[in-house]
Amino acid sequence: MRGFVRVLFGIILILIFAFGCSQKKAKEEGEKERGKTISASAGEPAYGDTIIEGSIGDASNLIPHISSDSASHEITDLVYNGLVRYNKDLVIEGVLADSWDISEDGLTITFHLRKDVKWHDGVPFTADDVMFTYKTMIDPKTPTAYSGDFLLVKKAEVVDKHTFRVTYNKPFAPALISWSIGILPSHLLAGKDITKSSLARSPIGTGPYKFKEWKTGEKIVLESNRYYFEGRPYIDKYVYRIIPDSATMFLELKAGGIDWMGLTPLQHKRQTDDSKIKKNFNKFKYLSFSYTYLGFNLLDQKFKDKRIREAINYTIDKQELIDGVLMGLGVVADGPYKPDMWAYSQNVKKYPYNSEKARELLKEAGWVDKDRDGILEKGGKKFEFTILTNQGNDMRKKTAEIIQRRLKDVGISVKIRIVEWAAFLKEFVHTKKFEALILGWNIPQDPDLYDVWHSSKTGPDELNHISFKNAEVDRLLIKARETFSQEERKNYYFKIQEILAEEQPYVFLYIPEALPIIHSRFRGIKPAPAGITYNFIKWYVPRSDQKYVETAQ
Amino acid sequence: MMFPLLIGITLISFIVIHLAPGEPTDLQTQFNPKASSLAKQRLREIYGLDKPLHVQYLMWLKRIVLLDFGRSFSPDNRKVLDKIKERIPITITINILSLFIIFCISIPIGVLSARFQYSFFDKVITLFVFAGFAIPTFWLALLLMIFFGVNMGWLPISGLHSMNYQELSLLEKFFDMAKHLIMPLFVATFGDLASLSRYARSNMLEVIRQDYITTARSKGLSETKVIGKHALRNALLPVVTILGFSIPGLIGGSVIFETIFAIPGMGQLFYMSVMARDYPVIMGILVIGAVLTMIGNLVADISYAVADPRIRLG
Repeated sequence: MRGFVRVLFGIILILIFAFGCSQKKAKEEGEKERGKTISASAGEPAYGDTIIEGSIGDASNLIPHISSDSASHEITDLVYNGLVRYNKDLVIEGVLADSWDISEDGLTITFHLRKDVKWHDGVPFTADDVMFTYKTMIDPKTPTAYSGDFLLVKKAEVVDKHTFRVTYNKPFAPALISWSIGILPSHLLAGKDITKSSLARSPIGTGPYKFKEWKTGEKIVLESNRYYFEGRPYIDKYVYRIIPDSATMFLELKAGGIDWMGLTPLQHKRQTDDSKIKKNFNKFKYLSFSYTYLGFNLLDQKFKDKRIREAINYTIDKQELIDGVLMGLGVVADGPYKPDMWAYSQNVKKYPYNSEKARELLKEAGWVDKDRDGILEKGGKKFEFTILTNQGNDMRKKTAEIIQRRLKDVGISVKIRIVEWAAFLKEFVHTKKFEALILGWNIPQDPDLYDVWHSSKTGPDELNHISFKNAEVDRLLIKARETFSQEERKNYYFKIQEILAEEQPYVFLYIPEALPIIHSRFRGIKPAPAGITYNFIKWYVPRSDQKYVETAQ
Repeated sequence: MMFPLLIGITLISFIVIHLAPGEPTDLQTQFNPKASSLAKQRLREIYGLDKPLHVQYLMWLKRIVLLDFGRSFSPDNRKVLDKIKERIPITITINILSLFIIFCISIPIGVLSARFQYSFFDKVITLFVFAGFAIPTFWLALLLMIFFGVNMGWLPISGLHSMNYQELSLLEKFFDMAKHLIMPLFVATFGDLASLSRYARSNMLEVIRQDYITTARSKGLSETKVIGKHALRNALLPVVTILGFSIPGLIGGSVIFETIFAIPGMGQLFYMSVMARDYPVIMGILVIGAVLTMIGNLVADISYAVADPRIRLG
């Protein structure tokens, strides 16, 4: 036995040394290579190098209107451009459109397009491409989830080669930003079935990066577009590496296999403190565009009484959730927006932790613990309900557990049920067979909330699944989306936030922080309200620090 | 005989996967504030989900007879066969290699532990293989990654190729891939040594007690000959059956294992398809699995006959 193990071990060791050595040699050569160029001025922006980002999931389809997963969109954002986009302070600016005019009545938008843009295959970009993209979006044969905004267009016309005009039936505030969708190349797609197009696997756009290769489940490689109209990006290559396990990804980061990933709060706080990581990596932190909430099914008798919802809110210590679940890396949400957005109002009713007040409110509503078993009753019925959440999201599960304990203190018995996502939607959310649920929403950059809060959106497939109905909110939502003036819209959204805080259909819980970590050789990264990637083409590696130097260029 | 069996298998699978709550369209449109219910209705029509189940099955069957596996319901809308084709080579490679290693290691150790039953060697081996059986894959994998990948820097942590794979020569490509496969293969093999080595051990024990072994020994044959020639051949017969049964397993991958090593194999494909309710892909994999199972049974029967003359007579 011993002999056998020794032989086995020997074989393993020999293999490791053989491979280990070859790797070391390559490394040394790389260092020598770098040594040669070190004389070039350090710290200056320079072209070159590769950035490798780690991702849990692979992209699905690189035509951005057909896919709805974040991985696909991360790639297509670099390959395609829209007519407009949000800049770092979340103000709309032109990309493929140089400028635009909005008519007096707010019904017509005329886009003046840039004249110096070429597709990655060299064909010039024109208004026909915009028209084609619009037609694709409203075509019933296109399996897209984003047709909603474009079905509101009454008329679209190509005025001339570089002017595109759309007319709406009613003023529609999110109209302008809806044109931030990626514009597709008409010369490659017109007359073809978009669902079977080869562009789904090898896209051709106008953006800062050109598609190079995609190995399913392994990586997607992009190359910089040297003739990009906003200037050549500094980083030559972008690799999107798929590593489905977050623990493995973190080890890859430590071993130098990837340069960029999103950390969990635990990794950010506790596992990235050693000097080696501190020296080699920069950690960033900014508020993510999402919040987590506890939603009540308002059709349920228990939650019809506003005092109950308020009492539950007073019982939940939001800061405790942030400390416990996010390790302090987040902020309390007191409405559907994040604090650095223009639509965010601070002057709403807040519910700091106060179990005394919660008990009073419950008593007022008629819930008393008569049989002294620690659970409140009313009319012979115990106060019990189930919090539902989806499988695979550990933070939501922990949140539910902390809430469960807090509610028990005031005499409410909570069960937690975790259901696999597809079944969760079909069996509980669509059929409205739930009492309360913990979920999250993305916070859209345009503050229009019509789909989530309007009373007409309570159907089985729609997003107002808690059945919130408030005539005043309905009125304000419509007003706000039909106004272009930001000041005016702001007033409407402020009022909506006040009503939501007063009515408490959700207990707004927290906004987590996004926690990217990026290798320290990358410079020029400046966190802003829009995150960090808005100036990706300006990131650079000084020549002396470049790691992946290509020999043949 | 094969065809009714196949139809039975596919019919049952088809019904079962459609019984699971949720539809592919739910996942693509739900919780997307910009998805209208009209968009969802359109998606359902495009995929044919608005038709009754038996019609859907017949449509599927009609296509499959012509070997058309259809297109995936996921947003990529690729041909099911393409999706399977790009993942099957790596899964089969890993499975064949690990099967080979498992046979190479567990049969000798099984036979030796039988020969030296209750010896120190036997006890240590028993402990070793059961430890392998009991250790969770992901835990062992992480420990190996931390030690060989991060601390020592000897082996790549995950994936199949280095970033500069394209620029390497053929030989370098081979070594690059081999280097990436060492840890995954070790983990895959270690956990599976137990069953086969125990199987070999108990078979051997049974054979050793047979009269013809006593005869062989009394003839004065050397111990190596007795064990190596007379006992081993008989003890290995049932192992052939196991080999046949492992054929369908060759296209199946373990989700946990593939996820942790970031290997884009069949396990991940199947898991993701089930989660996304991607019916055509699920059915495609099940059909291939069913066909391979039948072939496996056939191979087992035939090779059994080849290995054992007694069966051929019957």
